Amino acid sequence: MELTFYIAAAVAILSTVMVITRYNMIHALLYLVVSFLAIAVVFFTLGAPFMAALEIIIYAGAIVVLIIFVIMMLNLNAESVKTEEEWLKPRIWIGPAILSAVLLAELVYIFTAAEFQQTAVVAVDARLVGIALFGPYMLGVQLCGMLLMAGIVGAYHLGRQNKKVIHRFLEKEAAQ
Amino acid sequence: MEEATSTYLLIIGGVLFALLNVAAGLIWVERRMLALWQDRYGPNRAGPFGLFIVLADSLKLFFKEDWIPPFADKPVFIIAPAIVMASVLMAFAVVPFAPGIVVADLNIGLLFFLAMSSMGAYSIILGGWASNNKYSLLGAMRGAAQMISYEVFMGLSLMGVVLMSGSFNLTEIVEAQRGLWFFIPQLLGFVIFFIAGIAETHRLPFDIPEAESELSAGFHSEYSGMKFGIFFIGEYMGITLISCMVVLLYFGGWLGPDLLPPIVWFILKVFAFISVFILLRASLPRPRYDQLMEYGWKILLPLTLLNLVVTGGVLLWLGE
Repeated sequence: MELTFYIAAAVAILSTVMVITRYNMIHALLYLVVSFLAIAVVFFTLGAPFMAALEIIIYAGAIVVLIIFVIMMLNLNAESVKTEEEWLKPRIWIGPAILSAVLLAELVYIFTAAEFQQTAVVAVDARLVGIALFGPYMLGVQLCGMLLMAGIVGAYHLGRQNKKVIHRFLEKEAAQ
Repeated sequence: MEEATSTYLLIIGGVLFALLNVAAGLIWVERRMLALWQDRYGPNRAGPFGLFIVLADSLKLFFKEDWIPPFADKPVFIIAPAIVMASVLMAFAVVPFAPGIVVADLNIGLLFFLAMSSMGAYSIILGGWASNNKYSLLGAMRGAAQMISYEVFMGLSLMGVVLMSGSFNLTEIVEAQRGLWFFIPQLLGFVIFFIAGIAETHRLPFDIPEAESELSAGFHSEYSGMKFGIFFIGEYMGITLISCMVVLLYFGGWLGPDLLPPIVWFILKVFAFISVFILLRASLPRPRYDQLMEYGWKILLPLTLLNLVVTGGVLLWLGE
């Protein structure tokens, strides 16, 4: 189980790096899907099978599909890949790389300095997740609901336009 | 330990072998049944009852030129058909065919099935996008919208079953149906799941991503040879998978009178639902794309939520 954890973690890191460095957006998103799948495996090995399933269903299965859906409509081609290439010059990486290196050094220091107790893996099933969500985290769930509601209302407002449709059958419906 | 591993491998091999043969055999079954319902003979020349049409078809697919269009995005174009096959086959890992005959008896079996069926959407989207063809792209966009919308009702309609059995484990769900199959208390959930299942496998009447009369072949217009074959077989596997899930969740899985062994009951029920899928193709016209989306969001979603609330309420009331 420990070995699968390390393999999945390595895949997750590698694919996330690939997400950032790809010039073609669809390829980047494909790597993002792989990254989510790897993270799902990490969740699974850490004893959270329910979270692993939700990770795949929601992130890999729905959210990335929606992003790809939007990107497909942008009609990207070889030209846009070239512009992307021009924007992402190697020089740009220097700043973030130095800052990340500092953070990484700190992380390594924390892990080596502090003493960790190896806790046994406890499986968290759907029931426990539900109890946690509707017990101590009730307020968070409600707030998320409100946020989503605001999103739906906003999308409805943006999408509601009386367009003039020139079509012999559709005209009557659209005029309403 | 040694023996356990060998039976395990036997189950995996057997499930794979049976599924691939069923999917290939469905080519013949579908063509014969469609013909029957349309007052024709269908394929009846090669072999007994025209059964060898399957062989001829697969040989033809293997020897066809496997053409990748120069304007396509090559790696994505190649990976797309593999995704549909992999995701459907992975989903079969949690299907208990009979007591003990299951590849992985996961506690989150039902969620695993939902996760894999949502991964299947990528094959359509990526296949259509990588083909770099207007019709394919339109098909892919329709497919993406359709599959995401219907996934929502699919998941929600299953929650009634989960509430009644108190588990995501498919074996436990089947065992909970001893006495009363869930399609009676969960009739609404069953109907919605079945409709969403047709939309997920993009079969007629919901084959809008392909829609050969308006989009030539939709997302797989540019595919040829065995890559097309994999999309084709993947669709039949999808039908088999949805039929298996309907049987497991609403029709008592392998349960049945003792006169036949459990696995036979399971296979009989699954074939009954596969026939319903084919009959639907023979009898229903295809709705318009916006009608499909409207039908989903304005009728099916409220009905699923109602089903969920009523089921929860009744269970609470009975529990007190």
